[in-house]
Amino acid sequence: MIVGQRKPIQEIIGMLKGIKKILILGCSGCVSVCSAGGEKEVEILALILRIDRKKKGEPVETMEKTLARQCDTEYLEELKGEAGNYDAILSMACGVGVNYLADMYPTTLVFPALNTSFMGVSEEQGVWSERCAGCGDCVLDRTGGLCPIARCSKRLFNGPCGGSQNGKCEIDPNVACVWQLIYDRLKGLNQLEKLKEIFPIKDWSSSLHGGPRKIVREDLKL
Amino acid sequence: MNDVNQPDIVAFCCHYTAYACSQDLQNLPQLGFPENVRLEILPCSGRISITRLLKAFEQGADGIYVAGCKDDTCHNVRGSQIAKKRVDYVKDVFDQLNIEPERIEMYMISREPNRGFIEVAEEMTMRIKKLGSSPLKGK
Ligand code: SF4
Ligand code: SF4
Repeated sequence: MIVGQRKPIQEIIGMLKGIKKILILGCSGCVSVCSAGGEKEVEILALILRIDRKKKGEPVETMEKTLARQCDTEYLEELKGEAGNYDAILSMACGVGVNYLADMYPTTLVFPALNTSFMGVSEEQGVWSERCAGCGDCVLDRTGGLCPIARCSKRLFNGPCGGSQNGKCEIDPNVACVWQLIYDRLKGLNQLEKLKEIFPIKDWSSSLHGGPRKIVREDLKL
Repeated sequence: MNDVNQPDIVAFCCHYTAYACSQDLQNLPQLGFPENVRLEILPCSGRISITRLLKAFEQGADGIYVAGCKDDTCHNVRGSQIAKKRVDYVKDVFDQLNIEPERIEMYMISREPNRGFIEVAEEMTMRIKKLGSSPLKGK
């Protein structure tokens, strides 16, 4: 899922200076699962903003709503006829949701309440970590299912680097060296041979280097 | 403006903690429980939500506290530890909003019959008297 984290409160307060009526818009997708921008977090943020404004003697009117997803035309359309009622919309979705709001409502001010952090897993309650960087051309068949882009600090394809020590990455002794993990896993699978194959230079055009990405599926289009 | 000598304090209390002090909550005033503390009884302190704590403050409380069992004697095992995390969350929010974090507190009190329940109410009243009324009430 996409994992996000609420921005520092003062940063959000700064964005909303002068705004008197705001819609705080949650998303029931990924950001709800990672407890950053679902219905509960919307209610908490609304309270925080009202408390701050009440303290300053500059009250703000907050409306709260949580859509099934903010990355889907059909759900964002629910705001038609309503978006104009607010001075701004504060989105608690990932950056995708904020972008799509801005695309669909050109005359409405839109602000992000979260920092969209990464695509990752929920290891246990309250702990998330990165697993995929969305490179657009997956190589996991060659690395035992472990990603050298998202999980290697240097994004090496023919790792490990010389800094790998005792299974840890040289940037931090608490970070596992993914190339050690790849080695151990391939060894366990009797596939160490795979490591003899040198990765060619990666073509990053399927990643952000090729410009904004888009997928069109004619078989699904109506 | 409210009377700083009678600060408005909301106490969210675990049912077990509250009844350990007085089998009958009606007795509390006679036992010396301060009048300015409004009690809200919860089935377990772990039921308290961040939203409810913030709402109490928004609605005018000068101080808020949660009273639950000692962390190793909670009837529901981890209830008071969970409550403490939520209180700490609100303390951090207050800090970021330049509101004194001392306006909210978590107390873990023995469930044996004792006066701890009344003592924390008195302590919180003293503390809030020193801090003055809520900054949401204007100067
Ligand atoms: S808007 Fe973002 S957080 Fe919400 S479902 Fe879509 S991708 Fe996930
Ligand atoms: S190789 Fe690319 S697509 Fe595959 S997990 Fe890594 S970043 Fe994601």
